[in-house]
Amino acid sequence: MMIETRGLRKSFRGRGKTGTVDAVRGVDLSVGEGEIFGFLGPNGAGKTTTLRMLATLLQPDGGEAMVAGADLRTQPGEVRKRIGYVSQGGGVWDDSTAREELELQARLYGMTKAEARSRAEAVIRAFQLESFADRRARTYSGGQRRRVDIALGCVHRPRLVFLDEPTTGLDPQSRAHMWDEVRRLREMGMTVFITTHYLDEADALCDRLAIMDHGRIVAEGTPAQLKREIAGDVVTLGLNGAGTTARKLLEGEPYVRGIESVENTLRLYVEVGAAAIPQILRRLDDQGIALHSVELHRPSLDDVFLAKTGRSLRDEPAATKGGNR
Amino acid sequence: MRKFLRDTWLVFTRQLQLQVRQPVWVVVGLLQPLFFLLLFAPLLEGMMKQAGGTRAEAYQWFIPGLLVQMAMFGTLFAGFGIIAELRAGVIERMRVTPVSRVALLFGRTGRDIVTLFVQCLLLVVLAIPFGLEVSGGPLLLMFGMIALIGVLCASVSYGLGLLTRSEDALAPIMNTFSFPLLLTAGILLPLSNAPGWLQAIGDVNPFTWAADASRELFQGHWDATVVWQALAILGGLAVLGVVWGAREFSRSVR
Repeated sequence: MMIETRGLRKSFRGRGKTGTVDAVRGVDLSVGEGEIFGFLGPNGAGKTTTLRMLATLLQPDGGEAMVAGADLRTQPGEVRKRIGYVSQGGGVWDDSTAREELELQARLYGMTKAEARSRAEAVIRAFQLESFADRRARTYSGGQRRRVDIALGCVHRPRLVFLDEPTTGLDPQSRAHMWDEVRRLREMGMTVFITTHYLDEADALCDRLAIMDHGRIVAEGTPAQLKREIAGDVVTLGLNGAGTTARKLLEGEPYVRGIESVENTLRLYVEVGAAAIPQILRRLDDQGIALHSVELHRPSLDDVFLAKTGRSLRDEPAATKGGNR
Repeated sequence: MRKFLRDTWLVFTRQLQLQVRQPVWVVVGLLQPLFFLLLFAPLLEGMMKQAGGTRAEAYQWFIPGLLVQMAMFGTLFAGFGIIAELRAGVIERMRVTPVSRVALLFGRTGRDIVTLFVQCLLLVVLAIPFGLEVSGGPLLLMFGMIALIGVLCASVSYGLGLLTRSEDALAPIMNTFSFPLLLTAGILLPLSNAPGWLQAIGDVNPFTWAADASRELFQGHWDATVVWQALAILGGLAVLGVVWGAREFSRSVR
């Protein structure tokens, strides 16, 4: 196992009279060697706090963890040598060049000047930074900066690398590049632990994932396993305001296994969608409730998330970042 | 210990390299004392002449104090740099490596001291045409004292920067404390004509001792009692400042 945690906990003192905030309330995780492990959850769920604890940047209040074969509590120095960590905001200084930063970072990991120089060169080639490695960082595009951040996290050939929301704020094309980059890290022999609040990203990229909400892991498994847990189909009804009435009406129907309302839509979890739709339409029509759309689809990770947390991840406003330190 | 020194050196050289790349900060740090030299010293000169002194005497009195002021103000605002680096994620990026935590602080303080030396040396050289006189030995001691003041002020500034983590909070704190410290140290005007209560405040201000000692040194009195008293006071405070700054640093930067 590359990561194994039991009951990892962390709370923060709130400002003023708000008391303490339990950011992480007992996390049990296991991540295997060579996996791309996704950590999924809305903003403020405790993802970053968990990640920062695993990367030795925050001291846990309780629980145990083995990271890359070293004990997080008693051997943080060993953990630091074996892992790489790339924070959400990155850490390249505007007036430095990528090459300078990479050489310095390598030296901070204990390499000699000559080793650091050749390692930086190797990483520049591996991450294709040649065209801008000797320019000042203030001239980099968002995608270039991100690649340098990741190269910085990998310069000492860690066995495990943590990436905190590596694609947040990137345009779709850079995101796709970043996915390739992450896959390449695994090809280089690294285990990748990645947090994201994009469901498509988790689905496309991760071998296994855990969903976190309110400081707890609410689901864990491969994307396929998780989707299979929600058997059957999902019918999404577009309603004009009559959501509550429609919900009450359909809740009691025998073919409806679950129901969630999200803004002006109603999501029904049914066994066989094709058979359920005519019955749903008839029921609503009887009561004179107007529909403006009906959609039938296989469960997505968003449905998994909704089923596990009662909220839709898609509706999370992306701008609200919690008070994570 | 070897690792600590190596890490400190790594951080120091990087910071110095970046500083050289942004000479605007060195220039800005020089501008203020330069303004004092060009705009305030003539005023003092006039007063001194009324009292029957010479221009050279005015500078001989004023420049030593100005060096103390520069040592204070050149480093008291170091905390702003660490806030910017925290925000840019640079500190965190370095923290995930096994680098010595305290080296991250000491390397930066070292950079501050070297910058300060350059500024002070320039000021001394510029003041010589105005009639300033100084000899090698006392000047060396003077720079030792400047280093102590720099270490003290930079450490306190870094500590406060880490505590507040906001320029908006740090700036008023610094302004509130730095100007009274400056004024009661008798750097701009002598305290000899001040009322008793003001002199009493001056007596407990360590920078008063620094300014007095500095003047003795520029008179060539390197063995004056106040010189050793000032070095002892500032040395003690510098140690306390470093310990506090380092503790603040390793507390927030585990």
